[in-house]
Amino acid sequence: MALSHEFQALTKSFSGFGVDEKSMISILGKWHQDDRKSYRKGCPQFFIQDDRLFEKWDDRHVAFLKHEFLRLKNAVVLWTMHPWERDARLMKEALVKGPQAYGVIIEVASTRSSEQLLGARRAYHSLFDHSIEEDVAYHINDSRRKLLVGLVSSYRYEGPKVNEEIAKSEAKTLFAAIKNADKKNPIEDEEVVRILTTRSKPHLKVIFKHYKEINGKNIDEDLDDELSLDETMQCLCTPQTYFSKVLGAAFQNGADEHAKEALTRVIVTRADDDMKEIKEEYQKKYGVSLSKKIEDAVNGNYKDFLLTLIARGE
Amino acid sequence: MASLSVTEDCEQLRKAFAGWGTNEGLIISILAHRNAAQIKLIRQTYAQTYGEDLLKDLDKELSNDFERVVLLWTLDPAERDALLANEATKRWTSSNQVLVEIACTRTSQQLLLAKQAYHARFKRSLEEDVAYHTSGDFRKLLVPLVGTYRYEGEEVNMTLAKSEAKILHEKISEKAYNHEDVIRILATRSKAQINATLNHYKNEFGNDINKDLKTDPKDEFLAILRATVKCLTRPEKYFEKVLRLAINKRGTDEGALTRVVTTRAEIDMKIIKEEYHKRNSVTLDHAIGKDTTGDYEKMLLALIGHGDA
Repeated sequence: MALSHEFQALTKSFSGFGVDEKSMISILGKWHQDDRKSYRKGCPQFFIQDDRLFEKWDDRHVAFLKHEFLRLKNAVVLWTMHPWERDARLMKEALVKGPQAYGVIIEVASTRSSEQLLGARRAYHSLFDHSIEEDVAYHINDSRRKLLVGLVSSYRYEGPKVNEEIAKSEAKTLFAAIKNADKKNPIEDEEVVRILTTRSKPHLKVIFKHYKEINGKNIDEDLDDELSLDETMQCLCTPQTYFSKVLGAAFQNGADEHAKEALTRVIVTRADDDMKEIKEEYQKKYGVSLSKKIEDAVNGNYKDFLLTLIARGE
Repeated sequence: MASLSVTEDCEQLRKAFAGWGTNEGLIISILAHRNAAQIKLIRQTYAQTYGEDLLKDLDKELSNDFERVVLLWTLDPAERDALLANEATKRWTSSNQVLVEIACTRTSQQLLLAKQAYHARFKRSLEEDVAYHTSGDFRKLLVPLVGTYRYEGEEVNMTLAKSEAKILHEKISEKAYNHEDVIRILATRSKAQINATLNHYKNEFGNDINKDLKTDPKDEFLAILRATVKCLTRPEKYFEKVLRLAINKRGTDEGALTRVVTTRAEIDMKIIKEEYHKRNSVTLDHAIGKDTTGDYEKMLLALIGHGDA
């Protein structure tokens, strides 16, 4: 006869991120027909009592399980991929998914180095027989088009040299555009787009320093309303803040699949780069270590894989 | 270890600077007959042997047009494009076509190398300088043109070609020349795709797109659009025209003759010469001979004969 703690364990292994393979095997594998029937009757969140006298799997939960079983496979495939192919595929996928996923395009285009982004653009040619900029320009028709085309086309200077005078003046330009937001959306302001899509990252950091001096607030605080712009700025200047926020959103109750996918994406794409800084930022922001959070919220082999990735280099 | 001939070249060049005056003939006879890879080796060896940059010595010793042509020729193609692009942004005017020329006649790889050279030399990106120094419709067109990394395959989507030809025709008929879609198509599509689109344009609507873009001969934005189209689809015709105007001293494109000869000598000069002869009934050699003199003339003629048997 199945025990209630087994019910609980199995339910847990069907919830959250990934699936707890060991529990499924050890518990489910040994249950007889009656045990399984009791389980179905005892779990209305997964099984619906049908009029024709059987307990039916809730379709949505089956779909949910499909995603969860696939998380390890997706993580492994993505991890093994060449970073260029990885970034090219991530951007293509985002384009195909539509407006709610365009943030991934901003993420990839803005957090990678110039050479990494260039590599992704090359891989994109090979994989999709188009340039990323022609696809982004063609498929995106809303106010974000100019910004996104500019971001994916950028090939920023990567040296430390910054012209302070110009940075100061550009901080003022951005300030004016933001103050004018109710008359004109800053994301469509030519100067805002020019500055964000062409200036080097060190230059942008100096701009944001001056912005804070002029205005007292950080520029991304001023941009709370216009999501794409504040994401862009965070990605360009404080990527670890952006990434820890995205991770936090993935763990939220009621997070949708798009938000949850970010867990794999962020960890796989940043494990070799700035994972250390992201972990520090996460700890600061949420008061718990990323490892602990993963330990609690994620199941099975997928959990182990993620923990291994983020522990590297420690 | 440099080969004997590279060492000899360096010695000869050094000799050409020695004493009073400069032996320009010697400089021409060596440099004009070396390709980019060879010149790169010569520069390296010269620097190792004499502790000086060949370019600086050339700069000191030569003057004006001749100096300019030798200097440009001696630069690595990517550095050359970076220099030309930088000059174009610094003294940008709405009639300046150099940025379009570089962005659209080079291959994706050549443009990329130019942008890398630009980073190294100017400590900024080409895109940021172009964006900063241009404005309005020109900026809308030029920034994407220099930022693009075009797909270089031959695949063409005919359905897309038809629909984009239609879009272009629509916008042009409405005189919306700076429309986002016009710019998007010209700035992001592959050259093969653009060619297909414009062929379809002509078949479907009767005119070459550049004919339809000539409604106002004084409109400088239209001129830049036409140049963009020409550079992308028929660069040899574009260069023929630039040379023709430069040689007849028409227009304001200073240094065009030097620029076109040095940047195309190793690329498509043969085709450009054929185009020139077809269009002007005299050969380019003849026209240059009539229009220029001295060492400048000799160098140009040597360069346009480059690679000929």
